[in-house]
Amino acid sequence: MNRSFRRARHMGVAAAAIILAVATQGRSDQQQGAAPIGDAEAGAAVFAEDCAACHQIGKGATDQVGPQLTGIFDRPAGAIEGFDYSPALQRMGADGLIWRLKTLDAFLANPVAMVSDTAMIFDGIADSPRRQDLLAFLRAHSAQPGDIPESAPTAKAILFELPPETAALVGDPEYGQYLAQECATCHQGDGSAEGIPAITGWPAPDFMAAMHAYKAKLRPHPVMQMMAGRLDDEQIAALAAYYEQIGE
Amino acid sequence: MSWNRRHFLAMTGMATGTALLPAPMVMAQARPRVVVIGGGTGGATVARYLAKDSEGALDVLLIEPTRRYYTCYFSNLYLGGFWDYDALGHGYANLASDNGVNVVHDWAIGVDRDARTVRLGGGGSVGYERLVVAPGIDFVEGSVPGWDVSSQHIMPHAYKAGSQTQLLKAQIEAMPEGGTFAMVAPPNPYRCPPGPYERVSMVAHLLKQSNPTAKILIVDPKESFSKQALFEEGWQKHYSGMITRIGPDFGGNNVEVRPQTMEIVIDGEAEKADVCNVIPAQKAGLIAADAGLTDDTGWAPVTPQDMRSRLDRNVFVLGDSSAQGDMPKSGFSANSQAKVAANVIRADLTGSRAFPARYSNTCWSLIADGDGVKVGASYEPSEDKISSVESFVSKTGEDTDLRRQTYEESIGWYKGITADVFGAPTA
Repeated sequence: MNRSFRRARHMGVAAAAIILAVATQGRSDQQQGAAPIGDAEAGAAVFAEDCAACHQIGKGATDQVGPQLTGIFDRPAGAIEGFDYSPALQRMGADGLIWRLKTLDAFLANPVAMVSDTAMIFDGIADSPRRQDLLAFLRAHSAQPGDIPESAPTAKAILFELPPETAALVGDPEYGQYLAQECATCHQGDGSAEGIPAITGWPAPDFMAAMHAYKAKLRPHPVMQMMAGRLDDEQIAALAAYYEQIGE
Repeated sequence: MSWNRRHFLAMTGMATGTALLPAPMVMAQARPRVVVIGGGTGGATVARYLAKDSEGALDVLLIEPTRRYYTCYFSNLYLGGFWDYDALGHGYANLASDNGVNVVHDWAIGVDRDARTVRLGGGGSVGYERLVVAPGIDFVEGSVPGWDVSSQHIMPHAYKAGSQTQLLKAQIEAMPEGGTFAMVAPPNPYRCPPGPYERVSMVAHLLKQSNPTAKILIVDPKESFSKQALFEEGWQKHYSGMITRIGPDFGGNNVEVRPQTMEIVIDGEAEKADVCNVIPAQKAGLIAADAGLTDDTGWAPVTPQDMRSRLDRNVFVLGDSSAQGDMPKSGFSANSQAKVAANVIRADLTGSRAFPARYSNTCWSLIADGDGVKVGASYEPSEDKISSVESFVSKTGEDTDLRRQTYEESIGWYKGITADVFGAPTA
């Protein structure tokens, strides 16, 4: 089952594969030719099974529990006027997150890697072919390739799975405490959040996923991209271990 | 030996009566003492982290003359009407009660580096194993001819927050209709590179509402300044026609002031002003020079790995008064440097783990209501200085949602850093 409550997921699932879509250095999507993303018809079935309880798509689709998804490609996150998005999703939208192949793929693989406190109660689709089919389906309900040349919508994302040994790293919390001093300048130690989100008591796998997403520049935000950009895998694991301990 | 809170409190209580008696070496043997001069962002952070993380193994004594510290950062927002004056102020009670810092409200008036003692204005002296000097800035005498501290009540600098900031605000509010606010901007390097230009933005915001025909004149010795494209775009957008900047090509580097007649003489030509904010050239806080820690630049050179004075291995210099390399003189920088120094000092004196230095900085500025911008960078020690590794800056033409979010983020940052420096208000 893909659908479950996030809380349950936090408690139950340990370092399940953290999957991130990352552009291979030096090769843009355009250079990949026009390989189809996936099978849109199979994607329709995935949509029906995993998404349709909360989302509508296609002609006449309206917002339900979740926003309608027609034209999702190239739409900034949180952009549908009048829909009551979570603060986390609004923040990502203001930071500049745009739903494109790579960002949607990362979001669908693990929603909290991209939007930590998303209200979308969905575990993600770890199975890559299944996800690609869904993306192809969503793509078919967005503006067509010719309209948005820069988004390279027909090219396949270059998928990169965070190596299991990285995802499974157990950090040194004492080192994490030292590294966290840098975070404490902005993120409050008591977990209060005003203008800047709280990061205390956060499950380590989610923390790591979010930091790697910033490091890969999938998540927008210049300060966080810079901070995460110079943390290595061990340091990210150390911070995750430290922050998981405090504020619980 | 391990310390718990009760041991520690007992020790602190015991020491209260004797701490300032002239027998410092005896105390120093009991627990190594670190004396911190200056309770601003750098000094308070290092004191708090040393005390907190050593769990009582270090005797941390902070010397700060004022009972309440007013941050320079966000003081421009007070000028613009976005922030309360009281919200700029921070006391030292949390450092004393939650972290066990011995807060001494006095002036440090001399350092004997051979005897390792600091002399106090109120009499007596305290000994130290390690000394941290974080006195902020002082002004270079004669840098703006015609101005000295005796005229700061007429032409305020408002570059050390407090009564000067309140005075400047009162002067702006009392300006006659269509009057002129003039600023003499400082040469590099100085505290808070975007500060003067954020101040101009905030003054413009205030005047636009209360005195829309007023003019703002910036006299600037520098060719360019921090976030220039962002500020100039914002001034055009929000305060079109109000702000004029005279750079060095037009005499901005040849300025004197006449406080008695409220005149600014630019390249020999006198201009009248109704308010004149003089921000002189700057140097390390006086005690750093008195202690022999500065060089002929007026700043105190430090080694990039640890913020240790190049002139004395037992002394660390933090924040604005240090000469470290690429980091701007900002509260964020001082806070970042203080954590590095605290880690090194603790390792020196208690044998705790030493981790490699990491530095970072971000400076937010407010241009108009909800129009926030930021610039930041990460830094690492290189061979001879702290070097910038990666940086970013807000872009011109950003949409209003992002600018508002940046502003809200800056408020979050203010609350975060002041809790990190002075301790969170007890829940």
